[in-house]
Amino acid sequence: MAYATTLEGTRFTFPDLKSLLAKATPERSGDQLAGLAAEGPVERLAAQIALADLPLKTFLDQELIPSDEDEVSDLIARRHDRAAFAPVSSLTVGAFREWLLSPAADAGALAALAPGLTPEMVAAVSKLCRLQDLVAVAAKRPVVTRFRSTIGLPGRLSTRNQPNHPTDASEGILLSALDGLLMGSGDAVIGVNPATDSLPDYIRIVELLETLRLRLNVPTQHCCLGHVTVAIAAMARGAPVDVVFQSVAGSQKANAGFGIDLATLREAEQAGRALGRCPADGQFLYFETGQGSALSADAHWGVDQQTMEARAYAVAREYSPLLVNTVVGFIGPEYLYNGKQIIRAGLEDHFCGKLLGLPMGVDVCYTNHADADGEDMDALLTLLCAAGVNFVITVPGADDVMLNYQSLSHHDAVFARQTLGRPPAPEFEAWLREVGVVDGQGLLRGGAGELPGSFAEASRLLPGKAA
Amino acid sequence: MSAPTRPAPPSLRDLRSLTQARIALGAHGAGLPTSAALAFGLDHARAREAVWTPLDPGAIRKALTDQGLASVEIRSRAADRAEYLRRPDRGRALHPDCELVLEGAGTGFDLAILVADGLSATAVALNAVPMAAALAARAERAGWTLAPVVVATQARVALGDPVGARLRARAVVMLIGERPGLSASDSLGCYITFAPEPGLPDSRRNCLSNIRENGLAIAAAAGQIEDLLRAMFAQRISGVGLRRDALPDLRPAPPPDGDGPAGSP
Repeated sequence: MAYATTLEGTRFTFPDLKSLLAKATPERSGDQLAGLAAEGPVERLAAQIALADLPLKTFLDQELIPSDEDEVSDLIARRHDRAAFAPVSSLTVGAFREWLLSPAADAGALAALAPGLTPEMVAAVSKLCRLQDLVAVAAKRPVVTRFRSTIGLPGRLSTRNQPNHPTDASEGILLSALDGLLMGSGDAVIGVNPATDSLPDYIRIVELLETLRLRLNVPTQHCCLGHVTVAIAAMARGAPVDVVFQSVAGSQKANAGFGIDLATLREAEQAGRALGRCPADGQFLYFETGQGSALSADAHWGVDQQTMEARAYAVAREYSPLLVNTVVGFIGPEYLYNGKQIIRAGLEDHFCGKLLGLPMGVDVCYTNHADADGEDMDALLTLLCAAGVNFVITVPGADDVMLNYQSLSHHDAVFARQTLGRPPAPEFEAWLREVGVVDGQGLLRGGAGELPGSFAEASRLLPGKAA
Repeated sequence: MSAPTRPAPPSLRDLRSLTQARIALGAHGAGLPTSAALAFGLDHARAREAVWTPLDPGAIRKALTDQGLASVEIRSRAADRAEYLRRPDRGRALHPDCELVLEGAGTGFDLAILVADGLSATAVALNAVPMAAALAARAERAGWTLAPVVVATQARVALGDPVGARLRARAVVMLIGERPGLSASDSLGCYITFAPEPGLPDSRRNCLSNIRENGLAIAAAAGQIEDLLRAMFAQRISGVGLRRDALPDLRPAPPPDGDGPAGSP
């Protein structure tokens, strides 16, 4: 079915629902690369005006990707809760935006609505939102998860301490992990991206992180971000796997490019639950996503990259994860060209994930071939804190020496605590005080790497003078 | 266990030489020390410069001539740096104006070497000519015929496929600037493809990365590339299908165009 708008005598037509969505999407290089983007700002506004009049329930009647050819579409259709959808079922996309902004859409109403929303609905309404809208609505929707720490409580900001090392050297990982802990980072997870994907290295890394955790008695959880099949094999061998990781995307074909399907994720969920490390009412899965991943796998079905990203969240929510993270600036300028596009995409992803009920974090990051820099990251972090992001990623000095990109520095989390008043998870906050990393006011004591006496057991893992 | 009587734990500052990571920087409130902030800014400026500085193909060709190597010059369909970054598809396609140039270079070679800007002209300016010369010397000793070196601008890895096919080369070696990191903006990548033809998947390539002064040395890289080429010529395949029993540990090519963790060009 075609959609049309007439603006001052000029008629703009959009042949189908996915072209309407793509052309209504704020400018980004990935949709231009795919040949899906609006030709200019006027056509984009015409598409947005047509989208605003579209009944929200259209997305239940028309599939963007047929569910008999795509298990993600099938999952979305099977899991849709019509009763939960009822309060907004008569609204257009434009009226849905207004409802989301209104006081009627409080935390309870948004939580109750989540099972009634599909990824396509939240992607559509996000296209009509300016940054302030994306912040205002997301800030009303806390999503709380728990393992050893409680993540996502209102007014708090957790961090993933990401101690990557170019060759996965144990001492390099330890040094960076300790550097982060001394700066107060790591209450969401201490998570290493391995340079290799071998089972022995995976097991060595989780054992190293487990030793560190036990010696410091730190109330957090750890993760080696290897492939989920490696995690399953490691769990089968009894490795101390806290958090199970996988990258996911918004179509079956894109997930196949990651070497997974929904059944693989179910197997990982069952294996992790059987380990019993996580409380029975807690969560332990960690998913990463990012706009452009479906297009780069030639698995986007002609759908714009932001809608494909929201569909990845339908995959994630099927397994009730502890953490979901959009690696927003990592993919490169052919998908998100500059700081403006990265900032908007980060806020869109956070908004869409929260509306669907996910514990959203954002890797506030950029690569050296994107037209972005640390100041764009300052802006995005500040906006995300206002929006109530569950967690961000921090690395020593903002420089990830393994993945060769820039994320936030541990310092940036300190900024969020001190200037924006965002303490970490309560269990971790108490631990930081106990071990003397921060003082009674929560202010950092050191910052130049001095190891307090309470770190003695852990620092004996280090080479050199400590040995 | 009795309590160990070890020295007091040191500062992480004393262990900074054990990692490239920017640990133990110090903090003033939430702020970095001024010197650390400026050092970060300088590294980012160098990386941006490596991405945006155009490669000077004339200078590369002159240096190749000085090494006794003939060369030709081509470009992709990406018009400039800005388009190159937005349109990886155009960076993989040969500009039609360059077909004549390649016709003039002849056909039927064992080996074609491309020197391409990729995402770091700095890496190419520093490392590509000595790398090509070391490879050419090994090719000569091995008795392999070598096409004129193809100097390519606004090029992605897969541009080697149509070029290698037109030259009817048995294998193509693409020397290309890698996406600069903050700690190194001069890394050269090497992608090797047996029986190049347009449209090959990246799983058909083998890759060496981090070729630079403080990374993989040129002489060592040349030896590894020769070993790979010998294996490819013997097995008539490259990429994930290449058996590497007798070879050092080499990775198959990661996905190109910045969508893989290596963020290769």
